[in-house]
Amino acid sequence: MDPALLQRHGDFEWHIAPIGGMHVPAIIYADEALIRDIDDKVYEQVTNVARLPGIVKASYAMPDAHWGYGFPIGGVAAFDPDAGGIVSAGGVGFDISCGVRTMLTGLKREDIEPKKEELAEALYASVPVGMGSTGQIRLSPDEMDAMLDGGAQWAVERGYGDASDLERVEERGRMAGARPDFVSDKAKSRQRDEMGTLGSGNHYLEVQVVAELFDPQTAAAFGLNEGEVVVSIHCGSRGLGHQIGTEYLRDMALAAAEHGITLPDRELACAPIASDIGQRYLGAMRAGINCALANRQIIGHLTREVFARFFPQARLDLLFDVSHNTCKLEEHVVDGQPRRLYVHRKGATRAYGPGHPDLPAALRPVGQPVLIGGSMGTSSYVLVGTPESEARAFSSACHGAGRSLSRHAAVKRWRGQQIAEELAQRGIIVRSPSWRGIAEEAPGAYKDSEAVVNAADRAALARKVARLDPMVCIKG
Amino acid sequence: MRSTVGSPAAGWCHFTHGADIGVCGFGPTRESAFEQGATALMAAITDEPVAQQERVRISCEAPDDELLFVEWLNALIFEMATRHMLFGAFSVTIRGHRLEAEASGERIDPARHRPAVEVKGATYTALKVTRQPDGLWLAQCVVDV
Repeated sequence: MDPALLQRHGDFEWHIAPIGGMHVPAIIYADEALIRDIDDKVYEQVTNVARLPGIVKASYAMPDAHWGYGFPIGGVAAFDPDAGGIVSAGGVGFDISCGVRTMLTGLKREDIEPKKEELAEALYASVPVGMGSTGQIRLSPDEMDAMLDGGAQWAVERGYGDASDLERVEERGRMAGARPDFVSDKAKSRQRDEMGTLGSGNHYLEVQVVAELFDPQTAAAFGLNEGEVVVSIHCGSRGLGHQIGTEYLRDMALAAAEHGITLPDRELACAPIASDIGQRYLGAMRAGINCALANRQIIGHLTREVFARFFPQARLDLLFDVSHNTCKLEEHVVDGQPRRLYVHRKGATRAYGPGHPDLPAALRPVGQPVLIGGSMGTSSYVLVGTPESEARAFSSACHGAGRSLSRHAAVKRWRGQQIAEELAQRGIIVRSPSWRGIAEEAPGAYKDSEAVVNAADRAALARKVARLDPMVCIKG
Repeated sequence: MRSTVGSPAAGWCHFTHGADIGVCGFGPTRESAFEQGATALMAAITDEPVAQQERVRISCEAPDDELLFVEWLNALIFEMATRHMLFGAFSVTIRGHRLEAEASGERIDPARHRPAVEVKGATYTALKVTRQPDGLWLAQCVVDV
């Protein structure tokens, strides 16, 4: 993107003033180098979002923004239900509540190293991964609905993990307002064999070492110590979420005209929050959130079982579980007044600052952990929500780095076996059912996550706390 | 960037999209373009041949050709996910905006097929169904992986 198209407000904030039907400005948080790297389609998408009814304050794009479906990936937009605001299935995405969970092992790198290969094999054998893999849990129709209503709370009640996990999960592990009856039978059948599975593409389970601390005080509050090992899981709502996204995107696209909505892009399919289809989508999407929370709770439990075989003394306490594809009703202060808004985060992570009442007591003084996944073989980061974050973008931050090369180009450039060997030489063990999948996910195919995280920090979206480097990577 | 497979008269391609994969099919009829588009979808998942051991009937409809193409691919994605199958051959009939098809394939064998990705859904991005100047029909869209 040409920076000359934008109005510069400091080194990390760029505006597009309202033009051509935009109700609010578009605001992109990034440094100039990232701006030049952001594809031109983001300009079109972030300004299209600004034209949607009931949007409040601005259409935002995070430092990792890239071409999405209607909304840019890395897009944040809030809508007022009392001002004709909309809800958009494209503003949430197909993988509803995809997110990251990070657990603290208390183990040191030197504890893991001698057993790294065996640990990798055991994790790969225990956590179903890749297309065609199935979980061991089969839910009856009643249990499916209970899971869609109960989320991670349901999973804990069924013996997956501890009740103490729940305060470290957004929404305390259960998204209120879920309507399993608004989820189609097709979506439920697509989930039937997929509970406790990791999925594919850029999903992963990683064993990581805390490589660097940027904010030792907050790191200590989070339980992050340099040289210690954590485990991070990146996945979402699996087939159920994908089917909900597919169906409601279609239904909203077909219904847009009857609600008086002209879509500049069919992918921006949306409906008034107060409409029947808007309410049905919200109920189904919340069920999808619960499915993702339950799924990560189950995979976390499976991970604990594996670690217990190798390290009986390790507890794997949950640091936090964040989601980055959601629409949530939240209270935010706008122009000095509290307002209840539907905040879409499409490839963006919520980042509540210190003092927020929704944070667990132990974390409230410091702020919410923001877990930013790297790509295979690259660093991940832990950030923390800042006091400024709400005013910057409704308490939102980035979620990852985004791709610099298409899957198509990555496969032409690299062989999966070559990538796995190179990572092994760096001490990173990779396990995946597909060499081509590894090639598509090659570290070189992704942008520099450090640059993205630095921009988020300098833009006051979230503050850097620690860097995590991979030791073992299980990929779908 | 596109890479094309097939003959000048009918074939499929993948095209570049930042995070995901563009799939396209082309042929002398709408139906053949849709069949080739489905082949492109499968090629996004696996490079390995898929045996035709089992047939699945699919029907769908939509208000226009473009939405119908997305419905077609999403119907295949649903069948793959719930039957744990991959498909290798397709026979499509379109009357108006209603599609009837038969997809032939086999149960997925992760060790043999080594699926690279799992397709979440067909999107409206780069969605196009059109008859080109050379007379061939083109059907394309981006699929979310």
